[in-house]
Amino acid sequence: MSGVVLRGFGWRHAGRKGWAVRGVDLRVERGERVLLLGASGAGKSTLLAALAGLLPEDSGEQEGTVEIDGLDPRKARERVGIVFQDPETQLVMARCGDDVAFGLENRGVPAEEIWPRVDAALRRVGFPYHRDRPTAALSGGEQQRLALAGALAPRPGLLLLDEPTANLDPAGAALVRQAVADALDADTTLILVEHRVAEALPLVDRVVVLEAGGGVRADGPPDTVFSAHGDALAAAGVWVPGRTVSPRHATAPPGDRLLTADRLGLPPRLAPVDLEVRAGEALAVLGPNGAGKSTLALLLGGLLRPGAGTATATAALAGQDAGTPPHRWRAPLLARRIGSVFQDPEHQFVTGTVYDELALGPRRTGEPEAAVRATVDDLLDRLRLARLAGANPYTLSGGEARRLSVATALATAPRLLICDEPTFGQDRRTWSELVDLFAELRDAGHGIVAVTHDPDFVAALADRTLTLDRGGRP
Amino acid sequence: MISVEPVARPGAPLARRNPVAKLAAALVFSLVLIATLDPVAPAIAIAIELVVLPLFGVRYRMLARRAWPLLASAGGILVTLVLFAADRSGRVLVEAGPILVTEGVLLTALGLVLRMLAVALPGILVFATTDPTDLADALIQNAKAPARFAIGALAAFRLVPLLEQEWRMISMARRARGVDAGRNPVAKVRLFVSTAFALLVGAIRRGTRLAVAMDARGFDAGIPRTVARRQRFTRADGLLVAGAAVLAGAALAVSVALGTFRPLIG
Repeated sequence: MSGVVLRGFGWRHAGRKGWAVRGVDLRVERGERVLLLGASGAGKSTLLAALAGLLPEDSGEQEGTVEIDGLDPRKARERVGIVFQDPETQLVMARCGDDVAFGLENRGVPAEEIWPRVDAALRRVGFPYHRDRPTAALSGGEQQRLALAGALAPRPGLLLLDEPTANLDPAGAALVRQAVADALDADTTLILVEHRVAEALPLVDRVVVLEAGGGVRADGPPDTVFSAHGDALAAAGVWVPGRTVSPRHATAPPGDRLLTADRLGLPPRLAPVDLEVRAGEALAVLGPNGAGKSTLALLLGGLLRPGAGTATATAALAGQDAGTPPHRWRAPLLARRIGSVFQDPEHQFVTGTVYDELALGPRRTGEPEAAVRATVDDLLDRLRLARLAGANPYTLSGGEARRLSVATALATAPRLLICDEPTFGQDRRTWSELVDLFAELRDAGHGIVAVTHDPDFVAALADRTLTLDRGGRP
Repeated sequence: MISVEPVARPGAPLARRNPVAKLAAALVFSLVLIATLDPVAPAIAIAIELVVLPLFGVRYRMLARRAWPLLASAGGILVTLVLFAADRSGRVLVEAGPILVTEGVLLTALGLVLRMLAVALPGILVFATTDPTDLADALIQNAKAPARFAIGALAAFRLVPLLEQEWRMISMARRARGVDAGRNPVAKVRLFVSTAFALLVGAIRRGTRLAVAMDARGFDAGIPRTVARRQRFTRADGLLVAGAAVLAGAALAVSVALGTFRPLIG
């Protein structure tokens, strides 16, 4: 059981002008369960990294002090366990049991104690498989539960969770939260960072809100904090419970057919699907992980060759090329007709600056430079990216990178936009902006197809839904 | 998918041996063969390798599948050497227009290609029969390799299969952005280079995140590590290494006895 004391704590990463986090005074008693909130960029992850002892002294500049049980966190590592957002990059070993054992080996736990403690940790998180199971064969939710077991096995006094469910589908996220609830005992202090507040509240008894400019904005029991600061927090991008977003459904009936899928599939990833995409309509594709939703998005986007059936564009979308399937169009023509937004924005970045990134598509499709500049400036404004025009796309925050990836797809003004999980892990502000943007595009006569796990997004935007089941059949 | 999993029956008598012993045996066997330029010693070595194959639990068909790129390149090298070798001594075997194949040329080329196969096969055998985790464990426990190196390499190795998937995603994302090469070979090369760069950037970022996660779990924090999976180097493992040395020596001895031995140096 560990307690945390921060006095005027601040950290500035080497080479950065601004402080990642600053002026934080905070005391967390042993056994407390704290939800740490704050707008994107308020320094939540940096604070957790500091507590986990993961900010080496030479990697930046520190202000004030941070202590765990009176020790520098870099010297109290064995008292702290941390689980990060991305399952893929926190599992070290090829077999589940070995991965949990890894942390115990590192801490010098005697060999004969290791396997009983591994099994106990796996039981604590409700892990359903034997310890010989390959880590690569797990779903995202199972991998995160395994990571949690790995963090708990050395019996930390302080458990830090940095958005452990942000990359998971709702079912996987619920299992991870259940595992956290079951695994915590009275001896473990918890500090949790999570955008989705309503789902996280049952796990915590205290909420701390970091102010983006520095310091702590609010601190106390959840009810008190949300009744006093709810509006301001919602405006700053926090998902405050009980505040819904007004839906933006189409007011006009859908227009021309743009694309038809006829028994379109790619066995074994996607069983045949029939569907129609229309202008002025937002279609949401739902279904559990493994149903082939992303594959369907790639097929509709003309990026994969169908393994079965056909995707046919109409003349309204492709003019005289309507007879050729989209996957055989040249890329510049494709970009002008169908825009694709990938789940991981970084896959799509090609150039060194935000400006060039937006200009790339229009330049490839042969627009004159003056028109390119007008398009780019308009998009920079609409998506709040103007101040980042010269920044490298890889240095953007999650919300900024998502907005840029959507903007790049819009730059070539495609009639049809296909998005894979566009709202994944976004704060409330970016989320609302995306809903508004897609609604505007739809009302302007674009067709929108969104593959999504996000029930709020479906409720706010979708005019029609298509649900795939695990066999890939709708 | 790039396969990084062992493919042999794990219970086979030699596959069960300590990974460090298998690696040492393969190294000893290969190093001895490098000493000669003649085709006889490597041919005997290949025969020995094929005979012990079932003891490692490897099927011949599986070996053919794994080794076919090697066989194809061996064929290519043989043809190239036969056609373009400078030394054209010995009896003329084939003369067709500009093509002149002599006995000396054929022997040298055959020697080189057989040597390549004989040296490569033990390596293939070791990696086909060894779990990477076991290899890292044995390197740390029996060969005193630093854990920082062995476990670090093992963790990085686990990310390799992701690269292929990542490459496909980046290529598709580029097409969606209006970037393709069409039939222009220069544009193809540029697209390849830029895709490779994006892959590298992604791999470095992922590697950094993994390193931080390992750090957070106390890896290489200065505390002496314990081991969850014990690897033992037994007398049978020592015998495997000794056996490899004896068999390789025997192949050389036969070559010397037949008078075909041509030392690499001198």
